Amino acid sequence: MFESLQEKLEVALKRFRGQHKISEENVSEALKEIRKALIEADVNLQVINKFIENVKTKAIGTEVKGSLLPEQAIVKIVNEELVELMGKKMSDITFSPKPPTIILVAGLQGSGKTTFCGKLAKNLRKRGRHPLLVAADVHRPAAILQLKQLAEQIKIPVYSEEGKDARSVSKNAMDYARKFGRDVVIVDTAGRTTIDEVMMEEVADIAKLINPTETYFVVDAMIGQDAVTTAKAFHDALSLTGIVLTKLDGDTRGGAALSVLDVVGKPIKFISTGEKLDALEPFHPDRIASRILGMGDILSLVEKAEQQFDEKEAQKMEEKLRKNQFTFDDFLEQIAMIKKMGPLKDLLGMLPGMDKQLRNINIDDKAFVKVEAIIHSMTKLERENPKVINGSRRTRIAKGSGTKVQDVNNLLKQFEQMQKLMKNYVHGKKNRFFPRIPGMN
Amino acid sequence: MGFFSGLKEKLSSFTEKATEALSFKKIQDGLEKTRRSFISNLQSLLGSGRKIDESLLEEIETILLTSDLGYATTEKIIEKLKQRVKQEKYENSEDLFNILKEEILNLLYEENPTNENIYELSNAPKPYVILVVGVNGVGKTTTIGKLAYNFKNAGKDVVIGAADTFRAAANEQLEIWAERANVDIVKQGQGADPAAVTFDTLKSAIAKNKDVVIIDTAGRLHTKGNLMQELEKITRVIKKLKVDAPDEVYLVLDATTGQNAIIQAKEFMKVSKVTGIILTKLDGTAKGGVVIPIVDELRIPVRFIGVGEKIDDLQVFNPIEFVEALFVSKS
Repeated sequence: MFESLQEKLEVALKRFRGQHKISEENVSEALKEIRKALIEADVNLQVINKFIENVKTKAIGTEVKGSLLPEQAIVKIVNEELVELMGKKMSDITFSPKPPTIILVAGLQGSGKTTFCGKLAKNLRKRGRHPLLVAADVHRPAAILQLKQLAEQIKIPVYSEEGKDARSVSKNAMDYARKFGRDVVIVDTAGRTTIDEVMMEEVADIAKLINPTETYFVVDAMIGQDAVTTAKAFHDALSLTGIVLTKLDGDTRGGAALSVLDVVGKPIKFISTGEKLDALEPFHPDRIASRILGMGDILSLVEKAEQQFDEKEAQKMEEKLRKNQFTFDDFLEQIAMIKKMGPLKDLLGMLPGMDKQLRNINIDDKAFVKVEAIIHSMTKLERENPKVINGSRRTRIAKGSGTKVQDVNNLLKQFEQMQKLMKNYVHGKKNRFFPRIPGMN
Repeated sequence: MGFFSGLKEKLSSFTEKATEALSFKKIQDGLEKTRRSFISNLQSLLGSGRKIDESLLEEIETILLTSDLGYATTEKIIEKLKQRVKQEKYENSEDLFNILKEEILNLLYEENPTNENIYELSNAPKPYVILVVGVNGVGKTTTIGKLAYNFKNAGKDVVIGAADTFRAAANEQLEIWAERANVDIVKQGQGADPAAVTFDTLKSAIAKNKDVVIIDTAGRLHTKGNLMQELEKITRVIKKLKVDAPDEVYLVLDATTGQNAIIQAKEFMKVSKVTGIILTKLDGTAKGGVVIPIVDELRIPVRFIGVGEKIDDLQVFNPIEFVEALFVSKS
């Protein structure tokens, strides 16, 4: 249901090609589309309206520089504003100078508090700390047991008392931590709705009793417009110091991040991306920004690519592309590099516009095996000059690689297409399509 | 527009029946409870003798969007309103409020007429198999406890299958609920094959001539292909013992969820024949408006709503109350 914002903007702004200044007129359609995208991403409406006003003020009068198109210029401004709003850089846990550091974890039911507590404990231990988990959810059936079972997997102690009030459990846990030298205490509280006064009072009381160094609000990234109301109620009751965004391993656009930030005004400290206990990541505002805008996680992809692609090699490759000398040998090298970047499915999911269609396809990394086998069955001459591959060579290659002639044909055809696309790309033609990878259908 | 003139009558007779159906159960009205502390801002907006104009429609749009109805459905409703105002020559804001409710009810109604006898299962061959699915943290286990309790109260013999073998302590949580509802439970250890647990449960239910089988499954994000396949396997296993089962596949949705709920519903429909939605956590400030685009687009009825953490906090979905509650906000 989410078309790429980029595509919509292109349509909206086609009329304004060649205009060099952003004006009220040429930007209004674009802002409408951006508003729609933000609504679809579940950003709170009030937050959107405020945001759009800001962008408008900032954008109008701006010169569209260089080769940028107006829609690119506006997306750039929108993106920058989003990143600005979400805090420019990552923010880590604030540790108390006088241990233990106390972290209170609160949120709605089912937002993923207990799992997050387990992840945080594991993360802290990796950094050489000695965490203690406190089971202060005395309400949900088997919540204490859930925390204990998680803690057992990672061998971290849990403080709990059966059948006691959450306040006294929390208080006693602090004494326990001091006595046994635990330097970080993570208090897992029960999920609560904000209009439940008794429960809100309970968590506020706990905060007063233990005086936490950090108070985190755990929020499900899939939350809708209610994010603002909920965050406000928790912030009023607890003076939050940080936000944890969970379940971002789904396909939600996570506009809630923006809503919650707007209300709480405190950094997003972590994002939680899976059920495994090491699936905890620091928050990158720029990545969430492009995700909210439906532009894919291009930055993550770029970063991954940067890690793998050697600058010099890249130059060499570009040179070859320019001269149209890209051969099957180069292609093999590329495959090797792509494979180093991680599972293909993850990579494709990060590409804008691609994620929608490809998300549900289980891409087999073995798909490359066939391609590699075919190329390995080619002679040096064939690899450098695919044009010589005639019928009998095709049959031989197919036999040698244990594939069908059809597979070989496909690969050759796609390779040719790719060469063409790359040529266009290098020669500066605007092309937003990602080249089709041979062997992948 | 005969439908609309007839609608009011239909609605009032439905309300009566629904009230009747509910009255013998000790179901406290959670929605009523929350409503008491709220005032209807839309009613004050629309009931103040205003003229219908662009700005009024914009305010309605805002209300719909902030209730998670999403862009497309909101636009659709607003367009419809404009059309009807023009055609039927409405002028005052009170009329607008009524046709707005009518339009939304119209969307919800087509799919929701039969909830009143939901616990009777008169013609269904035994055991009536209910599979409960959803993403993580929506409240599946809690809902199953309440659902079992309600069936039990309606005089049915119920068994629960603990096929969430993944999450830590899920078994124990469900066991406590089974105890509270006073129904049987079939389980294996953590990490067991959920399809095997399902098989065992159903087999035991058939042997003991149970009326209702409710299967709890692990929360799974709809983007995880392998977990979705596991759900297919569970369904296949059920069919081995009862060909046309599961009789119901309930998708549990969290009322606080935004537009992603639509995608969730679509994805779950791909791997299992979802027959109904259970909307949970309606006891907070979220109103679960996202079910409206879901019902509208995907044609799945909403069956139950969860309005609290107590065992009697699961109610049969009533579209009228739901729409009323949609238009109140914190004063």
